[in-house]
Amino acid sequence: MGGRLRWRKFVSNFMLTLTGVCAGVSVAVLFFILGYLLFNGGTSINWDFFTKLPKPVGETGGGMANAIVGSAKLLAAASLFGVPIGFFGGIYLAEFSGAKMAGVVRYAADLLNGVPSIVIGIFAFSVVVRPFKTFSTLAGAFALGLMMIPITLRSTEEFLNAVPRMLREGAMALGASKWKTIATVIVPAAYRGILTAILLALARVAGEAAPLLFTAFGNRYWSQGWNQPTAALPEMIFRYAGSPYEDWHRQAWAAGLVLLGFILIINILARTILARGIAAPRA
Amino acid sequence: MQSAGPISGSRSFLSKLREGDEIARLITFIFAATVVLITVALVYELWTSSVLARHKFGLHFFVSEAWDPVLDEFGALPFIYGTLVTSAVSLLIAIPLGIGASIFLAELAPPRISDTLQFFIDLLAAVPSVIYGLLGIFIVVPMMRNVIYPALNKPFGFLPIFKGPSYGVGMLTAGIVLAIMVIPYIISVSREVLLSVPRDQREAALALGSTRWESTWKVVVPFARTGIMGSVFLALARALGETMAVTMVIGNTPKIAASLFAPGYSIAAVIANDFTEATGELQTQSYIELGLVLFLLTFILNGLARILIIVTTQKGSKVSN
Repeated sequence: MGGRLRWRKFVSNFMLTLTGVCAGVSVAVLFFILGYLLFNGGTSINWDFFTKLPKPVGETGGGMANAIVGSAKLLAAASLFGVPIGFFGGIYLAEFSGAKMAGVVRYAADLLNGVPSIVIGIFAFSVVVRPFKTFSTLAGAFALGLMMIPITLRSTEEFLNAVPRMLREGAMALGASKWKTIATVIVPAAYRGILTAILLALARVAGEAAPLLFTAFGNRYWSQGWNQPTAALPEMIFRYAGSPYEDWHRQAWAAGLVLLGFILIINILARTILARGIAAPRA
Repeated sequence: MQSAGPISGSRSFLSKLREGDEIARLITFIFAATVVLITVALVYELWTSSVLARHKFGLHFFVSEAWDPVLDEFGALPFIYGTLVTSAVSLLIAIPLGIGASIFLAELAPPRISDTLQFFIDLLAAVPSVIYGLLGIFIVVPMMRNVIYPALNKPFGFLPIFKGPSYGVGMLTAGIVLAIMVIPYIISVSREVLLSVPRDQREAALALGSTRWESTWKVVVPFARTGIMGSVFLALARALGETMAVTMVIGNTPKIAASLFAPGYSIAAVIANDFTEATGELQTQSYIELGLVLFLLTFILNGLARILIIVTTQKGSKVSN
């Protein structure tokens, strides 16, 4: 074996090992984040965190009960707004639409999907907060719902299109009308994939703070209603982590652990259990 | 898709209506149209709500450093500078790491390991921005002060980009945090593009006597080059628009400094911090114009990325057929 060949083999092995190191480092970041949050969050979390309101500035203790409830309300309202539009829009694309209209809708959805979340916040501010002259839970939910639409729409379309033709033809041959075929055969056949995508969309917006800053705004007390500002976990992490108070840092870690735990559990459940046997969509 | 062709075509409109098909079509159409309307409304709103600022400052907006609510003078240069510098730093770090990792996942790792690692990468992409910011503040910022700054400033301090003091927060810190955030996007997309390269390309190179690395680097990667570029554009679009993590570590100082250690400000960060504090209509509109700039940048980059990725994956399937 000549020296030249030996050198080429050495380079090959060296570079291939290097790519392995790159992959290892990238994945290690996840476990580092998890470990750090588990350690710092785990030592900071307590029962008060889930049950108490934030204490006034300067006092230690208190919790983020209002932010947890606020996040839940925001997510529920965002889903009520975003999921139907995405879901039925997706049905239209897959089952009814002509090529031209489908192209337009797809393009709009992809465009919306790429809009930075802070810009979504500006939009929600302009169309909801400004006219009603108040920051509100609804405005925040509107912003988050907007971000759920494109993911729900495109994956609904994708999974409906993946349903085998035979099922469709079978139902039609039995005399079912088109919408009956869709409602009783096609959508049930695709529901696992669609549900996965909706859950992933929900997990994605659950961690968003940027669109909430000037819509839901934040609140140190219980939100009094849907037209009032509300706290949310990601927004509280932002404010607390940037504060000069030791005790607020502690609570930011606790909130980070709760938020990341929630998001990762949804992701893992959706990608493993629900997506078993189907191709996982890209969120 | 109008798949029902021969069956529904022979029915009369009335009978279709009776069976509800036309109603179902109409209802779903309304939802689909809503998506288009919302997107149009978003662009329209950004455009019309920044009209005062656009008319008053014109192109001067992009080269002026003034941000003075008292004199009503607003210029975006420091924010544009901070956004571009942090994004560039993040790409410098993320491109080699991301492409290296994607080569490993697509070319070397056995499918099961590759899928498992990809699963973790997907989870990494799901970690919210604000969590990266939290870790940035409490890990990367001290690390910058104690490790990275001494390591770079002592030997390379004569270079303008590594000159001056470090406060921990700054453009380099933001760039590093951004890099960590965009790596998963580069890996996921590049891996897919690499996997779409036909087998015969590899086999031909190997048969000609090239080593595994040579076939990967000189044949497979060039074949997938445009798609990999697409993944980089996608990552760049993410980095430009990234808000929370950057806001938490960039230092929020609207100054243009040559040193990467200096604190800076980004477009998204200044909107996040100050939008609600705007005192006059012109200031609010200036923030909205900043949002418009951000929107246009990401819009162009995302569009380019999509075209490049589609072109490459189609090239793969065309050659193999």
